[in-house]
Amino acid sequence: MTDNFYNEILIDHNLHPLHLHELPCATCSNEGINPSCGDQLSLHLVIDKDIITQGSFTGVGCAVSQASTDIMLDLIIGKTPQRAMELCQLFSKMISGEITEAELEELEEAGALQNISKMPARVKCAMLGWNTLKKLLAESI
Amino acid sequence: MNSKGYKKDFPVYQKYPDLVYLDNAATSQRPQLVIDAVNEYYANENANPFRGIYELSDISTKAYENARETVRGFIGAKSIREIIFTRNTTESLNLIAYTYGRDNIDKGDEILVCISEHHSDLLPWQRLAHNTGAVLKYLECSESGEYSVQDLKNALTPHTRLFAIAQVSNVFGQANLIREFTDICHSNGTVVVCDGAQSVSHMPVDVKDLGVDFFAFSGHKMYAPMGIGVLYGREDLLEKMSPFLYGGEMIEYVTRENATYAQLPHKFEAGTVNVGGAVGLGAAIKYISGIGFDVIQERERQLTLMAFEKMQEIPHIRIVGSPDPQKHHGLITFTLEGVHPHDVGAVFDADGIAIRAGHHCAQPLHQYLKIQSTARMSLAFYNDEKDIESFICTLKTIRRRMGYDR
Ligand SMILES: Cc1ncc(COP(=O)(O)O)c(C=O)c1O
Repeated sequence: MTDNFYNEILIDHNLHPLHLHELPCATCSNEGINPSCGDQLSLHLVIDKDIITQGSFTGVGCAVSQASTDIMLDLIIGKTPQRAMELCQLFSKMISGEITEAELEELEEAGALQNISKMPARVKCAMLGWNTLKKLLAESI
Repeated sequence: MNSKGYKKDFPVYQKYPDLVYLDNAATSQRPQLVIDAVNEYYANENANPFRGIYELSDISTKAYENARETVRGFIGAKSIREIIFTRNTTESLNLIAYTYGRDNIDKGDEILVCISEHHSDLLPWQRLAHNTGAVLKYLECSESGEYSVQDLKNALTPHTRLFAIAQVSNVFGQANLIREFTDICHSNGTVVVCDGAQSVSHMPVDVKDLGVDFFAFSGHKMYAPMGIGVLYGREDLLEKMSPFLYGGEMIEYVTRENATYAQLPHKFEAGTVNVGGAVGLGAAIKYISGIGFDVIQERERQLTLMAFEKMQEIPHIRIVGSPDPQKHHGLITFTLEGVHPHDVGAVFDADGIAIRAGHHCAQPLHQYLKIQSTARMSLAFYNDEKDIESFICTLKTIRRRMGYDR
């Protein structure tokens, strides 16, 4: 039923996350908690002249939250905070199962998490990084 | 072990013949006989109990009070006046905190709570301490989940008013030495609150033998409907306690300024009660008695042993709690190295197996054990060897399916 949902993209980002590290030079950080499992995640960004130039995350979590956050950082580094915010909105749309094919393309690898929309129990895991990013950007834009 | 005999009592297995349900500690399944008893009550005996001066109301009252008597016998209470129906364990424990707690616990007093308590047997005391200025203290256990008599003696002080402990922990599955602990507490003038949510469906309970002052449990973890629970309290304590909720049914006489309250147990049952739930609980108790705790305990012991031994052979598994399978009453909590419990649970789900993952409403315990979260399989007597085989079979594949050891 949900087996192929742990696809290679998700597994790879979980086992080898590129952005799981501290970021001492971060200009802003924010923390997110998933109350259903107690997982905590911190997101760190460097925003320089209206571009997200660097980003990282720290904390523990399930494969879904870790991979989702790692993929998210891949996607938003190099973009403006406004564009990152739009991508957050698109990701939410995908998770609630309302996204169009064209919009899905914009999400690139994050599209690998599309099947989460059929797994209500894991939505909070997939959204953890993105919600944390949304709060962080709302405060710093 | 002829398991078909029991699974066929539970209609969920007709709808999902291949279901492997190993989340009984969260809630059990319900036998047809319980569902029928609730249906029959609503079809044939339904009216507002206690209120009506007509026959149907009397019939409803009798159905409710018969269920109370069945519960009394099930836990060995002296009197039906000691049996209060609530919604669940959580409400039963809150009732004690709001009434006994507020009446008897003051600034400077101490409340002692086991570190492995479920949030339901922890937050009411944490809140009470905040509100009264009492001090909340924790009794810590060994890594295998055991509480020692000596540690309890050391933790008690002349100010300890109340001690809260589960008969069986929902993380360790460990049965605590309630009788010994109760004797020690009583000689210190400390009242004992026992959370029986995880014990009543797995072992015979006699509140007189345990010696506890209060005992709480939920119907839904023992084959009865959701929304019905029980608080047992010693009559002399209940008698002196203030009511919990105020309203209809719990009064004797009301004037503009004042009210006198009903006799036990009605003093604590404000508003229209859950007769259907109580009837269902009565039916569940009769079902359990029909099977017998000797059978239930033997089946659960064998299944636990089988699961435990096979789990020990799987690399990267760490079992939480005692290394002795006999100490695990109906549940085994574990971690799988490198795989988050939520992912463990999701892979089981993909194979049609229901287990629990998370902190099991015991966050302070997980912090104490320095584990973020865990996975838990929990049994009932209707589970069978095939369920355990399926569980083990999937468990062996999880790390590979999550990208390890390929
Ligand atoms: C030990 C223990 N206490 C209390 C509870 C709370 O039970 P309920 O949710 O039925 O109030 C549970 C079950 O979740 C439990 O395992």
